[in-house]
Amino acid sequence: MAAKKPAAKPNVSKEDLLKYYKDMLMIRRFEEKAGQLYGMGLIGGFCHLYIGQEAVVVGLEAAAEEGDKRITSYRDHGHMLACGMDPDGVMAELTGREGGYSKGKGGSMHMFSKEKHFYGGHGIVAAQVPIGAGLAFADKYKENGRVTFTYFGDGAANQGQVYEAYNMAELWNLPVVFVIENNQYAMGTSTKRSTHSPSYWERGAAYGIKGEEVDGMDVLAVKAAGEKAVAACRAGKGPYILEIKTYRYRGHSMSDPAKYRTREEVQKIREERDAIEHVRDLLLTGKHATDDDLKAIDKEIKAVVNKAAEFAKESPEPALEELYTDIYADA
Amino acid sequence: MATEILMPALSPTMEEGTLAKWLVKEGDTVASGDILAEIETDKATMEFEAVDEGTIGKILIAEGTEGVKVNTAIAVLVEDGESADDIATPAPEAAAQPAIETPVPAAAKAEPIAVVVPEEADIPEGTEMKSTTVREALRDAMAEEMRRTPEVFLMGEEVAEYQGAYKISQGLLEEFGAKRVIDTPITEHGFAGIGVGAAFGGLNPIVEFMTFNFAMQAIDHIINSAAKTLYMSGGQMGCPIVFRGPNGAAARVGAQHSQDYAAWYSQIPGLKVVMPYSAADAKGLLKTAIRDPNPIIFLENEILYGQSFDVPQLDDYTVPFGKAKIWREGSDVTLVSFGIGMKYALEAADKLAEDGISAEVIDLRTLRPMDTGAIIESVKKTNRCVTIEEGFPVCSIGNHISAVLMQEAFDYLDAPVINCTGKDVPMPYAANLEKLALTTTAEVVEAAKTVTYR
Repeated sequence: MAAKKPAAKPNVSKEDLLKYYKDMLMIRRFEEKAGQLYGMGLIGGFCHLYIGQEAVVVGLEAAAEEGDKRITSYRDHGHMLACGMDPDGVMAELTGREGGYSKGKGGSMHMFSKEKHFYGGHGIVAAQVPIGAGLAFADKYKENGRVTFTYFGDGAANQGQVYEAYNMAELWNLPVVFVIENNQYAMGTSTKRSTHSPSYWERGAAYGIKGEEVDGMDVLAVKAAGEKAVAACRAGKGPYILEIKTYRYRGHSMSDPAKYRTREEVQKIREERDAIEHVRDLLLTGKHATDDDLKAIDKEIKAVVNKAAEFAKESPEPALEELYTDIYADA
Repeated sequence: MATEILMPALSPTMEEGTLAKWLVKEGDTVASGDILAEIETDKATMEFEAVDEGTIGKILIAEGTEGVKVNTAIAVLVEDGESADDIATPAPEAAAQPAIETPVPAAAKAEPIAVVVPEEADIPEGTEMKSTTVREALRDAMAEEMRRTPEVFLMGEEVAEYQGAYKISQGLLEEFGAKRVIDTPITEHGFAGIGVGAAFGGLNPIVEFMTFNFAMQAIDHIINSAAKTLYMSGGQMGCPIVFRGPNGAAARVGAQHSQDYAAWYSQIPGLKVVMPYSAADAKGLLKTAIRDPNPIIFLENEILYGQSFDVPQLDDYTVPFGKAKIWREGSDVTLVSFGIGMKYALEAADKLAEDGISAEVIDLRTLRPMDTGAIIESVKKTNRCVTIEEGFPVCSIGNHISAVLMQEAFDYLDAPVINCTGKDVPMPYAANLEKLALTTTAEVVEAAKTVTYR
């Protein structure tokens, strides 16, 4: 990991720091609960947890404005919570219930919220990349000044359609931020084993797209990079690539024993580089919060997550008639 | 020795063209590579070069002549000291493709019957009709819809400056500008995905595939991204997009460029699949497709592009999905087809009438939704059915129709349904084999006689 802790005291307000702390902790606790429900058999199929990567979406959401769009892969729970979607609805979708965002018909990998401008939740690796460019195409067509955050992983970064999208995005100056969440493993294959060039963002240069590498365990660094990328897009300077170095603590999905890396590797990053601990340190050392304040926040979040889990258990399964609804929109 | 200069074939499907302009005159000396004439096909005006050197002895076809068949002698090239009169033999007949006559068993002599063409139910009486090619009808549909709403735009390879690889988008760039008529790089997977994203973002894209063969590079976005999202989002987010382009066999373009995808896409819940035959339907159905809030697969046919049909001159002519059109009324056998298959069905109906067999011809027009009700109603009357399509035989549209009839009209069937399809082989290049690989009018006639036990 190419990460260094910022040396200087960060220029950030207490309110902002507390918000990032809460948002990241919310994702982590939510995901821990989801893992627990999966173990209980309440969540089925694939379930990809975001634990470890929380600073990426929280930092970028801090750079977004109302009306900006976001789209991502199947590892999407964190993105949904960070853009303000209701934890009850997300968790109930994980359990396949009527109260879920897709009425239980999408599942963990396929969730959407038009209201929050969240365009999925895509199960096919890298399919969201041209779609994200297309959302940006629509915004440019409508001249509405909006920007689309298109998230994908280091695994997706080797798909051909990413580069087709890069080419057209730059050719047409689309307001899209391509966010490569490089968590260093495409399922079980490390970037070292899949990719000759160690740097994904530099590939943008072949298409004339600017970009940079960002420390994904530092929410403030992510936010700063996000602001720069968004400003470029809003100024009509076309797409921008952020390769955000991050790390996933859990397996690729719930069924992944993660034998491809050592327990020590994971443990070391958790202890030395954890994004939530980093903000916690800043809050405490900056005297923005006391231990008791943070405990209160923990408690508050736990309550929200427990409520979501309860809702997800109690919400009924979709009515059988739902099998045949939502296949076609009324012409 | 004097040689004849022949009218060239300038595209795989060209059969005739207009000799727009001679750029040489009699007595001119020409070298190989010199431009002799401009020839207009239905798609483009092309320059025609000399292959041999010599002197233009005689111009046989005057400029401005329309409908000059491929391989007609258009001029005579002579060598030094020769005169054009040295050509003794008259210009040969336009060489036709060697035709394979599939023998049709001689039918028992029967009295010919009249072909019954039903009234157009959906077109008000007295409506002016205008002969229009399928190509123009498709362009008119897009232009009308683009005028109606700014959210409609067209993207694809060569759709703008080139005016369309098959000239479907002729004039659209000029009228609507580069913002709405967009040339893409050759990157089907990518631009199909961008189209889907643009549809999610509130626009109404028309994505042209130069041919549907190339859409296989993009099929993940068509199926996984476009067709399934409304369902996966619990009804929140649909994908109002039209994927259109030529589908099926053209002529002599081989296996990778000759495939009918009607059955493939018809299998997918969430897609609507349209395959028009006539120009009126091409126009009316494309307008309906562009307005529909769902992803539409609009399958055209290169051979039909240049064919003319009457199109009603109405301000806003649309054709509803899921409603078959009956082209011939009949009582002995039902012929069900769609797209270019209709050509065989209609020709077969005419031939069958000569033999006293009355065929009802149904054009499905849309395959999903499919007007199975119209087929069943017809079969209740005729008790026999033949389906016609150019696609592969296994898991074909015809197979599906057969199953529907077995389940819903079993007691009405007096013979097993026969599916006339393309053969179960990749499309061969050789002219004779290509002809064998496609279904033919003769096969349809034979099938109709088989199910009517004649």
